[in-house]
Amino acid sequence: MIDDSIIKEHGLTQEEYKRITALIKREPNLTELGIFSLMWSEHCSYKSSKIHLKNYPTSGKNVIQGPGENAGIIDIGNGLAVVFKIESHNHPSFIEPYQGAATGVGGILRDIFTMGARPIATLNSLRFGPLSVPKNKTVMEGVVSGIAGYGNSIGVPTVGGETYFDECYSLNPLVNVFCLGIAKKDKIFYSRAEGIGNPVLYVGSKTGRDGIHGATMASAEFGEDLEQKRPNVQVGDPFKEKLLLEACLEVMEKNLALGIQDMGAAGLTCSTTEMAANSGTGIEIDINLIPQREQGMTPYEIMLSESQERMLIVAQKEKVKQAQSVFAKWDLDAVIIGHVTDTQNLKVKSGDKTVVDLPLRAIINQCPVYNREAKPPAPPAPVIDLNDISFPENYEQAFLQIIKSPGLADKQWIFRQYDHMVQTNTTVLPGADASVLRIKNTNKALAVTLDGNSLYTYVNPRSGGIIAVSEACRNLACVGAKPVGVTNCLNFGNPEKSEIMWQFKEAVHGIAQACKAFQIPVTGGNVSFYNETEGIPIYPTAVLGVVGVIDALDKIMTPEFKAPGDTILLLGENKEELGASEYMNQIHSKKGGPPPEIDLRKEKRVQSLCLKAISKNMIKSAHDLSEGGLAQCLAECCLLGKKRIGCRINLEDKIRTDALLFGETQSRILISLEEDQEDAFKSLAGKRKVPYSIIGKTGGENILIKHLGEKIINIPVQKVYSLWKYSLPGFFKIE
Amino acid sequence: MRFGIVVFPGSNCDYDTLHVLKYVFKQEAFFLWHKDHDLKNADCVILPGGFSYGDYLRSGAIARFSPLMQEVKEFSLSGGIVLGICNGFQVLLELGLLPGAMLRNKNLKFLCQNVHLRIETTDTPFTNKGKPGQVLNIPIAHFDGNYYIDGPGLDKIKKNNQILLRYSSAEGHLTKEDNVNGSLDCIAGLVNENRNVLGMMPHPERASETLLGSRDGHIIFDSIIYYIKNDR
Repeated sequence: MIDDSIIKEHGLTQEEYKRITALIKREPNLTELGIFSLMWSEHCSYKSSKIHLKNYPTSGKNVIQGPGENAGIIDIGNGLAVVFKIESHNHPSFIEPYQGAATGVGGILRDIFTMGARPIATLNSLRFGPLSVPKNKTVMEGVVSGIAGYGNSIGVPTVGGETYFDECYSLNPLVNVFCLGIAKKDKIFYSRAEGIGNPVLYVGSKTGRDGIHGATMASAEFGEDLEQKRPNVQVGDPFKEKLLLEACLEVMEKNLALGIQDMGAAGLTCSTTEMAANSGTGIEIDINLIPQREQGMTPYEIMLSESQERMLIVAQKEKVKQAQSVFAKWDLDAVIIGHVTDTQNLKVKSGDKTVVDLPLRAIINQCPVYNREAKPPAPPAPVIDLNDISFPENYEQAFLQIIKSPGLADKQWIFRQYDHMVQTNTTVLPGADASVLRIKNTNKALAVTLDGNSLYTYVNPRSGGIIAVSEACRNLACVGAKPVGVTNCLNFGNPEKSEIMWQFKEAVHGIAQACKAFQIPVTGGNVSFYNETEGIPIYPTAVLGVVGVIDALDKIMTPEFKAPGDTILLLGENKEELGASEYMNQIHSKKGGPPPEIDLRKEKRVQSLCLKAISKNMIKSAHDLSEGGLAQCLAECCLLGKKRIGCRINLEDKIRTDALLFGETQSRILISLEEDQEDAFKSLAGKRKVPYSIIGKTGGENILIKHLGEKIINIPVQKVYSLWKYSLPGFFKIE
Repeated sequence: MRFGIVVFPGSNCDYDTLHVLKYVFKQEAFFLWHKDHDLKNADCVILPGGFSYGDYLRSGAIARFSPLMQEVKEFSLSGGIVLGICNGFQVLLELGLLPGAMLRNKNLKFLCQNVHLRIETTDTPFTNKGKPGQVLNIPIAHFDGNYYIDGPGLDKIKKNNQILLRYSSAEGHLTKEDNVNGSLDCIAGLVNENRNVLGMMPHPERASETLLGSRDGHIIFDSIIYYIKNDR
């Protein structure tokens, strides 16, 4: 009955099919084959990435839960823990932008509250094709509305993130969603099916035919049949999820559940098998007891459906009634669909008939692991020779062109569609280096940032990985936070191609190296392969999510200049580095290496100096230098905040003016302080061996920059503000 | 003073409101479950922000049928102080306790941002601590906040001095640009004829702590507390 074409349709190779028959010592039936196809898909099994992800540092004294659960958990003191994770929803968001992005938010929220944590913030990392193409605008508008529609309704603030644009994302936009929650340390729940005979409860929305094969779809390239895949995308219901969130947290607070897992990718299949496998037990369910939205659904469809807003709970027999009454209060179905067994098998029955009977070991532990061939691309990524690059005729024009490019322009058009204030914790609003959330009833705050430069990673994947971690930590240092944990979303092309696998391997090693240097554990994340359409891959895009802690609420720093007359200092050194920069991309239309150099020891010294200066109340602003270099950084210090204070800058470095203005040399932070703090700061910087230069003063109506005595930029702040502020809205005007 | 905060299944500013009243204003504050029939002896009832029933139909359209709304209606008719914030305002419109209706924001997008509001009258339990013409900085966060009322209705609320807050510039001028959601006559908040029921789109609970950027929400809560303690 199972022939080659059916095997292929399920995304399995002949070898994988043979392995299945050997493991279960017979041919699987169609439903069983479907279960294997989901659980052995790249999305669920990590079969191509596992071997490299092993290099991540995952332990530490504050790690409560590392990779392998629904989310990672870090102890932050005060009896509290942060629970966080990032996930991709790339493929569905391209096919159906609004629902694809919305259900991405829904999924990551469930991962967090499944563990007993109340979600307190989400962030997102978005990549689209250029906005000059109408289709890209439609995708972006849909994605942003979808994130807003879901997050705003459920009442979890979307507090920040990043949005970049490049041709390579036109046919493969990226939607990575991060969520952070807070749990009491002694009230954390895991994916477990314990206690033989204990009932298995199905809670939430009814099961429909939506999302069948979602995980398999996310594990293949797109071809011309894109439109036909629309029904594979699920539809979100944030109101239902809100009920589920409140009810689950109440059930957990009252200790009425033993184990809980959401039904996300691979739905009922994934939750039943993983919960039982994690506990070394077995599980038996009756398909006829599953609440169904449509008539005539087959066991195959029910097991593979990815209908949203559903949870699986294992409870003690004597507490089931109590748990059910909590769900009833929130108007939710909570139905017993089976029980925990001692068989180490998944058994699915349809009344008296057994439709699935599979050993859990085969499904979960015996998926093949691949060490795929990895070799550098031929020819390698292009390299730019600075000798071939002419100077811009007009620096002011170049500066303004970069300022208003959609990737670097103001993102308020996006952020104001998100309720970023609900829950009244958002202390530093979106747009700063990192978003800051106070923790109520403590004197602490959390800082969160997402970061990843795909052009760096394209021209040098290892550097790209190292820089992504370094810059994310630098962002945290600029708001006054020490990093405590990392999650990552790795978006790559087809891993069956050796150059893609090489990019992946190199980037992962880079991230691992940097995390070890900063001594921060990676607690989980997500790998999204097959981001290719018609054979063209995206740039390798590693997005790092880093969470930090600020120990006192009066030590929160922000990037904008605070008053005229303050001294502006640049920490770090300026080098002649323009490879992979926004300047090369925007002004010279060149994308090539080398990326900026990175020395992790220097980087750590700069960050720790910044943190020290903040803790000693020495400085009034801090802002990280990144895309667009010093010019962009200065502009942002003038434009962010309400006062919009100008600056007068004198630069003395004897390097190319364009490299000085727009180069993206790493390990630099721009700070401002009152004149009477200068000496104290200088001595602190000297002790910590951090190079710095005093480059100017705040004040005036203009951004004025001189290089070696020559005036190169002198523009009113108000003019820069208008271009920066109204660039993005200009693409979406409705009149 | 006793503040009862109504919790609909999709309320999401219920905890924020409770937090502010309890820990910032040091008042007795508690939740009122929408399925109950008991206001627990509250002096003031607050309908908080959120998406009461998902608001897939019309914001607040289903919430008005919640069991507790019967008691809220009776409470207001007997002069009880009722404050509807954001979704709470939308529910009050659907309940018929306030006149008019909400349309989608003029730019057809959800809007979350700080706005300026001009106090139009201080002759209410909600603004007695403010000054006429005083400008407040309080955030909004809504999709349907574009207030509408027909001509005769507008004449009536103007004549009765029911308009409490208008969207304005930082200097207190009424401009098209500052009227971000397109509300008729820049209306951001209004009271009923008896002046004991207020609906406002901006969130005073989000502007009550210095750490979060503004304390202007104090005017609203301080006024209510003052009114109930003294004037009543």
